[in-house]
This record gives sequence, structure tokens and C-alpha cells, in this order.
Amino acid sequence: MQQEWLMGFLGGLLIGLAALTFLLVNGRIMGVSGLLGGLIDRTGWGNGAERLVFLFGLFLIPVLWAHFVAPVDTHVTSNIGLVIIAGLLVGIGSRLANGCTSGHGVCGISRFSIRSIFATAVYLFSGVLAVSLFRHFLGVLP
Amino acid sequence: MMRLLVALFSGSLFGLGLVVSDMVNAQRVQGWMDVLGNWDPTLGFVLLGAILPMLLAWPLGARRGKAFLGNALPGPASVQINRELFLGAALFGVGWGLVGLCPGPAVAGLGLNGSSGLFFFLAMGAGMFAASPLRRLFLRPVAA
Repeated sequence: MQQEWLMGFLGGLLIGLAALTFLLVNGRIMGVSGLLGGLIDRTGWGNGAERLVFLFGLFLIPVLWAHFVAPVDTHVTSNIGLVIIAGLLVGIGSRLANGCTSGHGVCGISRFSIRSIFATAVYLFSGVLAVSLFRHFLGVLP
Repeated sequence: MMRLLVALFSGSLFGLGLVVSDMVNAQRVQGWMDVLGNWDPTLGFVLLGAILPMLLAWPLGARRGKAFLGNALPGPASVQINRELFLGAALFGVGWGLVGLCPGPAVAGLGLNGSSGLFFFLAMGAGMFAASPLRRLFLRPVAA
């Protein structure tokens, strides 16, 4: 158990260093919903290559890890209906809120942005509500 | 060219961090939100670890005034808390809790999660595409 926390903290440091590099070298905020959303709704096509390459690295490393280092168990539900509803909510919500866990949670909180602190509190709370309701009261989630 | 290499490096490092911290594991992410069940504090340690370097990065950047490759740094954060932010964050949290994926791990897990991962990614993309028309239709006229 303790080792999982330590790995969480170490992995978190790597994520923070990725965000630090992207900010200090390229001048960009490492928020995945913004980087991807801008490609999808065309608002970010001006620097589309930079976004695409970032996302490609993010996609590639876990695949390489699973292939060459160790298998990765992701435990994502196979309930496709649930997956589609959740995906829509995550997509719409992160764009309306202008950020997700990486943008608001990591990059925003660390600059003491009041919007980011507020957004993070709200999505953590609604996440807890969703898991509690659908797992413990409705029994929809395993 | 340099910008692209740095972007590739950052994205890769992010992907590595998500694997090392096990945040590509939807069950562990959901465990963080399962306060009534078997609560898993790992995500809190990940957030803490990720915020620490950024606590240094922001003042360092501000002192330098611009990025190393010469371009401007992001402007000051907006301070406006409006209902778009509230509604968006609330919907996002529900989707995040239901499956345990947010945009970073959704991209990082695209090659690991089989058809679930693909459908989640496509639905998320559709949601991102739909967000601005939805905002125009339902939110802007009153919220502006």
C-alpha cells in the first residue's frame, strides 16, 4: 500500500516536470483537454503540430511501456454505453470548464488560480457523488 | 522544430508519469473517489507530486518574463467564477467518476484500453466538439 503512494508521488513528480518543461521552454500550459479540444474545434490549429506531437508522446509511452517493460492493467469497464456517456460528459464538461485534471488540477492550482481551485473542488466533489451514488446506492458500477 | 521536440518530450514524460503513478488504472482513480468504500489515497499523492515542480515553475517563469524559446508565457489566470465553470466542472467530475478516465489518461490509455478506450476517446472528442455550440445555445445569452 505504502509503495503505491510512493509510486504515485514519483509519477506525480514526473507529470509536474513535464508541465514545468512545457511551460518554461514552450510557454504553454499542459492541459490535455485544452490541447486536444483546440485540435477538435479548430481553435488551436495555429499551433496544431505542437499539440499533436505532445498528444502523440502521451499516447506512445504507455504503449511502449506495456510492450517492453511490464504489462499495464487499466481496469476500464467494458460497458460501452457507460463509456460513451462518461466520455461525452468528460468532453463537454472539460471544455465548458476550460480545463481538466491536468490544466486546472496541476497547472492552475500551482499558480493559485481561484478558478482552478474552484473547478477542482467541484469536479472532485461531483466525482465522489457519482461513484458513491452509482456504486453504493444504485449498484451500476462494479 | 525545437518546440516540437520539447512538446514530444513533455507529452512522453506525462505519459510515463501516468504509468508510473498507475493513473492509467481506472480502478485506482475511482478508488480515490470511493469515500464510502475502499478509499485509495494514491491520486492525492500524484496531484501533490505534480503540483510541487509547478510551484517552482510559475515564479521562475515570471522572473524570466518569457519562455526559453523566446515566446510569451501564458497571461494571468482569469478570476471569474461563472456558471459555465461550475456546470462544466460538475459534468466533468461525473463522467470522470463513472469510468475513471479524464482526458490525460484517456489519451495515454488509448493504446491499452481496447474498444472501451476507443469509444471513450471518440465520445470525449464528440463532447469537446459539441461544447461550444451547446454553450452558445444554452449558456452565453444569459451568462454573458
